[in-house]
Amino acid sequence: MAKARKGADIVIEVLKEEGVEVIFGLPGGAIMEVYDALYRLGGIKHILARHEQGAGHMAEGYAKATGKVGVVMVTSGPGATNLVTPIADAYMDSVPLVAITGQVPTHLIGNDAFQEVDIVGITRPITKHNFLVKDVEELPLVLREAFYIARTGRPGPVLVDLPKDVTQQLSEVEIPSDEEVKQALPGYRPHTEGNPQQIKKAAELILSAKRPVLYVGGGAVNAEAQKELLELAELLQIPVTTTTQGKGAFPETHPLALRMLGMHGTYYANMAVYNSDLLIAVGARFDDRVTGKIDEFAPEAKIIHIDIDPASISKNITVDVPIVGDVKTVLRKLLDEIKKRGAKLLYPEERKKWIEQIEKWKKLHPLTYRNSDKVIKPQFVIEQLWEATKGEAIIVPGVGQHQMWAAMFYKYKFPRQFINSGGLGTMGFGLPAGIGAKIGRPEKEVWVVDGDGSFTMTMQELITAVQYKVPIKVAIINNAYLGMVRQWQELFYDKRYSEVDLSVQPDFVKLAEAMGAVGMRATKPQEVREVIEEARKIDDKPVVIDFWVDREENVLPMVPAGKSYKDMIVEDGKGKHEAETMYLVG
Amino acid sequence: MSDTVGKADVQVVSSPKLRQLRKGKVRKHIITVKVRNEMGVLARIATLIAGKGYNIEGLSVGETHEKGISRMTIEVIGDDIVIEQVVKQLRRLIDTLKVTDLTDVPHVERELALIKVYTPTPRARDEVLRITEIFRGKVVDVSPDTYTIEVTGDEEKLNAMIELLKPFGIKEMARTGKVAMKREMSVKEDED
Repeated sequence: MAKARKGADIVIEVLKEEGVEVIFGLPGGAIMEVYDALYRLGGIKHILARHEQGAGHMAEGYAKATGKVGVVMVTSGPGATNLVTPIADAYMDSVPLVAITGQVPTHLIGNDAFQEVDIVGITRPITKHNFLVKDVEELPLVLREAFYIARTGRPGPVLVDLPKDVTQQLSEVEIPSDEEVKQALPGYRPHTEGNPQQIKKAAELILSAKRPVLYVGGGAVNAEAQKELLELAELLQIPVTTTTQGKGAFPETHPLALRMLGMHGTYYANMAVYNSDLLIAVGARFDDRVTGKIDEFAPEAKIIHIDIDPASISKNITVDVPIVGDVKTVLRKLLDEIKKRGAKLLYPEERKKWIEQIEKWKKLHPLTYRNSDKVIKPQFVIEQLWEATKGEAIIVPGVGQHQMWAAMFYKYKFPRQFINSGGLGTMGFGLPAGIGAKIGRPEKEVWVVDGDGSFTMTMQELITAVQYKVPIKVAIINNAYLGMVRQWQELFYDKRYSEVDLSVQPDFVKLAEAMGAVGMRATKPQEVREVIEEARKIDDKPVVIDFWVDREENVLPMVPAGKSYKDMIVEDGKGKHEAETMYLVG
Repeated sequence: MSDTVGKADVQVVSSPKLRQLRKGKVRKHIITVKVRNEMGVLARIATLIAGKGYNIEGLSVGETHEKGISRMTIEVIGDDIVIEQVVKQLRRLIDTLKVTDLTDVPHVERELALIKVYTPTPRARDEVLRITEIFRGKVVDVSPDTYTIEVTGDEEKLNAMIELLKPFGIKEMARTGKVAMKREMSVKEDED
């Protein structure tokens, strides 16, 4: 028996046991006991956010940058409901997150007590699992289960709701061992191995394919499978396209890199996928932003799908060879099978032609834009940022046009380098997630590339960054529009710009200064590099740069929603037009 | 220019062969779920099914011989493909131990109904009693003008009996929802 201590102390004890270094949060009535224990016991850093949503995204940014479980702690009622968006965001992007929420005392639950909300009920469909702890005796086990569930299998958010009296009760309960945690979860057995028969079948398909493409998502990043991916791609000369979540799992500077696919994917990635005869999906989930019109997606391709989550397989598209397992383990075994067969391609000539074909596509419609010496082009800012940071910075965007430009015009080299809200598409994600990322990876230069619309949604967290001297750089790509909506209105609603004008906005330089950060502005292309370099020199506080960019620049290429890759609109340096249609199939 | 770049170099597949949209037959499925008897487990399962836009047509829950383990039988009408997805996602829940779609598996299913029928006349009482006997039901409660009948069976049997009782006037009725179990030996297996 351990010595008697409060439930709140047990919480801190378990967090330490789990190796938690930092908690992002905001206290309130129902969670005060735990905050008191944190004060008394110490040993864990706490970042006081200015809004619970900010705390949640910080924990996500931390988790996405480090691969560790992010921890967020808030109070009951509004504290908990403010956390709903980050939890949903983490669920969509498979981010390991443990959310600890205060709750009214057990005898008041269901009484419409002050600051009471059924957060377990509210978050049921957006968590991997959640718990309401009703007895202090089960507290350590539940907390340890929460961490185990959050980080294993397909990672995800787990919420633990702690009634105030449970955190006050004294208990001598021991912290359970790893083995006890696993035994307590008989229904949870995350698959990791991969079916050997299926892996053999996949190896044969890959060796006999003429036009294969590797389609890589966030699962490859979570599994840290970058080495295996690179080996597979290089061994058999297979081109690789990545999703927003998969970015950096394969270096975008590599000759085999097709970069991003889908709605705002590169022309050559989309052409390659469309014309492929074998698609090897690795930890990706065939999201509608990736596939476009599903019945015209890679019409001739056989599909191998490697994923840790059996429910992801054949969800959106029927696959030919499903392999459920840890991506890294499966790829390793797949490589063994391929090598056993001498890594001998059935059609080596075809493979050479395929690579040549892709080179032609790359030349025909490279990623490009029309630069200007009068007005700052948003893409130019990103390019300059890429050059200045030598492609080594972690980039954390909000959601919208700037997110896509950041995805396109910065070339990512390593996993966890591009941290963004891919599934839920949460505007306001950038700044707090950037703070979390910088706290997790202090040795890295972290740039939040934000939109003016996204930034104003969570800009109060700049104060948090000032308080903890988190030297992030924030580049606001300011077009004074809700730009992505405006772009859709331009292209699909006959330029009826309904409620997207943000030209009434704060002076972001003064705003930054008012919060204790450094504010800068660039209004001409000639100033862009200068302010970036200036900002890079500051390492004791956050910097905000307000880039006044071309207001009506569009994100291109684009596959309009619900259309197929055939309907892609591209930019060729002169203007936008429909892409050349060169289909080998269909 | 559209077909000048590179097209000749790579084998051209001429006939467009579009990917088949995944669409299955819509029909009633019987899914059994073995769960840990934890708080909120029913809500979790119901939320998941409702999240697909489906209605639970029948549901029965009860304890099993194992401590802390309950078994649910869920009837839901839906597209085969979506149901396959539902089954996978049910398996993904932390509190579920075993999920089986019994629809195409040889299985036994039973349901119990309590039917309160108007029997104001001797003739009606005679007739209702006869029907009850035919269906191997039992009269479990009697009042001057009603009989309450207990009957078990599969869905068809219950429906047939209810149809026969309707002309007398049904005052009240309750059905348990199905319980179902896989058959250990099917006739087909015997033949093999």
